[in-house]
Amino acid sequence: MTGVLAAVCIAILVVMAIALARAFYSDTVYDRILGVNMFGTKTVLFIAAVGFFMGRPDFLDIAIVYALINFIGMVAVLRFFEYTAPME
Amino acid sequence: MAVLIDLVLMGMLAITALRVIFLKDLFAVVMLFSIYSFVSALIFVSLDAVDVAFTEAAVGAGISTVLMLGTLALTGRKEKESKHSSVLPLLVVTVTGAALVYGTLDMPPFGNPENPIHQHVAPRYIEESPKEVGLPNMVTSVLASYRGFDTLGETVVVFAAMIGVLTLLGVRRNEDDGAPESGLQSHRVLHVVAKVVIPYVILFALYVQFHGDFGPGGGFQAGVIAAAAMILYALVFGLPLAQRVISPKFLQILAPLGVLLYASVGLVSMLKGGNFLDYNRLAHDPLHGQHYGIIIIELGVGVTVFAVMLSIFYAFASQAERSNVQ
Amino acid sequence: MLVLDILSAILLLAGVFFGFTGAVGLFRFPDFFTRVHAASVTDSIASILILLGLLLQTQFDLNTAKLIFILLFLMITSPTASHALAKSARHGGLLSIPEADQKKESP
Repeated sequence: MTGVLAAVCIAILVVMAIALARAFYSDTVYDRILGVNMFGTKTVLFIAAVGFFMGRPDFLDIAIVYALINFIGMVAVLRFFEYTAPME
Repeated sequence: MAVLIDLVLMGMLAITALRVIFLKDLFAVVMLFSIYSFVSALIFVSLDAVDVAFTEAAVGAGISTVLMLGTLALTGRKEKESKHSSVLPLLVVTVTGAALVYGTLDMPPFGNPENPIHQHVAPRYIEESPKEVGLPNMVTSVLASYRGFDTLGETVVVFAAMIGVLTLLGVRRNEDDGAPESGLQSHRVLHVVAKVVIPYVILFALYVQFHGDFGPGGGFQAGVIAAAAMILYALVFGLPLAQRVISPKFLQILAPLGVLLYASVGLVSMLKGGNFLDYNRLAHDPLHGQHYGIIIIELGVGVTVFAVMLSIFYAFASQAERSNVQ
Repeated sequence: MLVLDILSAILLLAGVFFGFTGAVGLFRFPDFFTRVHAASVTDSIASILILLGLLLQTQFDLNTAKLIFILLFLMITSPTASHALAKSARHGGLLSIPEADQKKESP
């Protein structure tokens, strides 16, 4: 079972890296926001999986905080983006 | 396996930092900063430092990002072109970095149990903490009891930050009620979902506050999470409405109250014949005294941090409101 | 508990597969709105599968409750965030591919 969890951790890391690449290189700013959102959600899953892999499920509190902060960060980005000066 | 995860995470950290340097759009830079905070919290998690990861996730990825976005709403979005050449700064940084790396070659091996740092105070805390304080989470017992004076200093520093921000920025209130409604009005779905989610977030903040003795958490993290819940309310429903729910004056009274609570625990222990912040005197036997002392000071820290974070957000956001209304 | 282990392994690997397809879709789809579709749908299904797989690993204690809480929270907030993003892009004036073609044709 630990083998499967290790593979799952590595796989989620790869997905996070791809989402990160999307946040680095994109045409519109909305694509970047999309990449950051996906990165945040996958981070929550990564912490939960790593917690079980390392045998310390106390990490679930941090996963809850991450899910929360991801949502609030997205709302903040959208709120301030609608009222910012456009890029000249 | 853990080494592999660490390497990948540090690699992500490095390339994020590099990408931040070469981007000109400050909005994207702020979002990459929030990713940077996420990844550094992950590194803390893999280093088994759970409380630090908690605080880094809540403050670095949450509050810092929101505040920087609030600033970007006032300044422009594009970074100005720098006119000087960067050869000399690069040279200085390279020489300093090389000197620092050369200095670390002399340090003891990473994580070795024979290191001097593990020899004097740390074993004493680890051995005596179950007997003297009796909490499962040893981080809380060190932070709140053995080094309680330092934590009082940290709380005062957070309070001083609020005083600094309020002195420089102030919180502007719109006197006229005819000001246009701010917040995300047209997002009806977001209104409904935020109303459902916010009570559970506050409940989670209370859980973190009181569960800090048994798992990761404590006053600081709880205060930040509760402030994040109110910030979500202000973002979705508009700043004037949020300022009617929790007014800035109330926060300016709440923040010193938390510091006062903390310091008065110390004074009460002095009045009962012990030293400042000596919790052993607070109850009939030392173990119960430690528990009472820790729970009350954590409450003080949580209250102060909540008031300070929300005040700073009000100060930043009301500046952005002012520039929108004009 | 071999059955539980096998079941949880299947759920975890399926979740990871959907995560991969979502990440690949972020790059391969032609337009922003299609990319939002790929990202949000696969995010939801990957979270549900992976968290269910981890749920089967716990004994019935506090961690089970926390995992259920994370699951419910992600199920409510993740699609909402994607919806808010797409709506914001629409307000910002982003056009989908058929609309952009139509605008180019009729000057």
